[in-house]
Amino acid sequence: MKKSWLMLLLAAALGLAQAQTVTIGLTVSKTGKYNVESVNQLNGIKLWQDWVNGQGGVQVGGKRYKVELKYYDDESKAQRVQQLYSRLISQDKVDFLISPYSSGLTAKAAIISEQYGKVMVATGAASDSIFKLGYENVFQIYTPASRYLTSTVDMLKAADPALKKIAVVYEDSKFAKAVATAARDYAQKAGFDVVLFEGYPPSTTDFGPIINKIKASGAGALVGGGHYADGATFARQLFEQKAPLKMIALLVAPASDEFAQLGEAALGVAAPSQWEPLVKYSPDFGPTPQEFTEMYRKAYGKTPAYRAAGGFAAGLVLQKAMMEAGSLDGAKVRAALDKMDLTLFFGGIRFSTDPASHGLQLGHEMVQIQWQKKGGQMVKEIVWPLAAKTADLIYPIR
Amino acid sequence: MDGLLIGLVYGLAAIGLTLIFGVMDVVNLAHGAIIALGMFFLYLFFGAGLHPYLSLLPVAIVGFFLGVIVYQIAVRRIINGPPLMSLLATFAVSMIIVGIGTALWSTSPYNINFKVVTYTLGGYTVTSARLVSAVAAVLVTFGLYFFLYRTVLGKAVRAVANNREAAELMGIPSQQILAISFGIGTMLAMLSGALIATLFPFTILSGGVYELKSFVASVLGGLGNPTGALLGGIILGLIEGSVAPFIQVSWTNVIEFVIFVLILLFFPTGLFGGRR
Repeated sequence: MKKSWLMLLLAAALGLAQAQTVTIGLTVSKTGKYNVESVNQLNGIKLWQDWVNGQGGVQVGGKRYKVELKYYDDESKAQRVQQLYSRLISQDKVDFLISPYSSGLTAKAAIISEQYGKVMVATGAASDSIFKLGYENVFQIYTPASRYLTSTVDMLKAADPALKKIAVVYEDSKFAKAVATAARDYAQKAGFDVVLFEGYPPSTTDFGPIINKIKASGAGALVGGGHYADGATFARQLFEQKAPLKMIALLVAPASDEFAQLGEAALGVAAPSQWEPLVKYSPDFGPTPQEFTEMYRKAYGKTPAYRAAGGFAAGLVLQKAMMEAGSLDGAKVRAALDKMDLTLFFGGIRFSTDPASHGLQLGHEMVQIQWQKKGGQMVKEIVWPLAAKTADLIYPIR
Repeated sequence: MDGLLIGLVYGLAAIGLTLIFGVMDVVNLAHGAIIALGMFFLYLFFGAGLHPYLSLLPVAIVGFFLGVIVYQIAVRRIINGPPLMSLLATFAVSMIIVGIGTALWSTSPYNINFKVVTYTLGGYTVTSARLVSAVAAVLVTFGLYFFLYRTVLGKAVRAVANNREAAELMGIPSQQILAISFGIGTMLAMLSGALIATLFPFTILSGGVYELKSFVASVLGGLGNPTGALLGGIILGLIEGSVAPFIQVSWTNVIEFVIFVLILLFFPTGLFGGRR
């Protein structure tokens, strides 16, 4: 008798809770090539969920909604992304979407979110092209690819005005190619001579032939890379083959803490980063960078990388938009996102409202990191912009 | 130069594949997964504090016994069945290995970080890791030849490969010989995986790339012919190393397979003749 009462109470409580939730759907690459990056990003999103639910939920027009996440493993595969986002929308009836990790997968998810008219906040996706298709429901958190390596070029110019020859070598993926192309154009305008501009297949493990080409080209600096696996391999072989480069800046890989596993080969390698724990932003919404870093350490025992911060920021942006809209209605939230102009612990957030590039991130800026050695330990230091630096740039690196 | 060194390691992987095919007509689809397993076993022994090159010995031993076990469980019963049966069985083994590997290590990249010395010789830069890998591949190949041509057991393996029934009539216990051959093939795959792991970072899914290379190398050399497989591997490595300066690296695979198809057109049994 007692038991059945309890059951009834539990059912009532569950029913109540269900009525008061906002569901956010996404896919995560728990397996496949984006596994490291994507799980980091999910950790950030989950931390945001705990943070907001710890405060009683999202305040929307006098009511509080607990955040519920619904996610599946997309295996880092595009077909899976399309199936699963359709499922999230039509079967699971989620209220809002967050993108998968990587530009390639997000481009696929964006097609679905646009077909169904669901708002999707895109994090972990820096490609510009997704936002040049006239989509109305997709909003970007990261600094777009076209501005990804431009500050690296500025940094190089400041460090060594005499250096002219640079090589741009990139992974043949949507994101890396977009970044590399933009970097080449920017470098040429800045007076550099791009002596090598070449892509390598994403599955490349032997970089020997390409490193020989870099050497033959006489380039003094290298910018490029792609994602984690290829970037780490590339950096290691550049070191082993003693490529005579004064600066190496690679995308993504050096920004991960796992990069320290490379030991000596990591030394001096620079990377643009969307965010670093030491940045000094004063947010007008959500936690400060220090508070976020502390929370993350407590939850996962690690220092957060920028992908985790991007995940948390995506949650914050959705939360703020719901609060401003005072409703869970898609159209109203979309309008609130269009109007948004804020600074988070992650940096500035402002979306393009131009129909030709709707949703493109305009407010956020990159910082540059470099792996340096301190007391026998490999550490990541912020070296650019000068106003935010934690250490001087090591130049030349070898 | 680099191509030659890496080609020797591809060749070693290909010998493992071609040996199994030559002796028992089984196309081992678990080959790639076993190569990846070799990488991870090296990682385990390395993690336990053993030098990577010393770890090769336990990796080889594990590889041999793993091969014998896989043979006894998955291959033995169907060895006389239609070819599709053994394809499916070895494919299943591959899925099991990759599945367990994903559960244990996820698909994140791993790296063996140890001191590598670099030599520069007239414009060429060669790392000690590549030299040692190539030398190890050659030594193992010589070892295999010594085994096949100079020992009684090796002669028995060749006898079974040539004609299993005749060998049985001569009193050779063919089941045991087949198990040993499968063990050796697996051992070679594990060893080549371990050598590759000293050169490049790897994940549990890395085996696929090298499985493909092994197939190409062994078909180039003539299926069932170990020397051919080694030479096939060298050719593959040389193509990869030598076409890169002239074209975009993305095209390497295209060139590689165009050459592959051309060779098959003009030498249907491989460049060095199959053993069939």
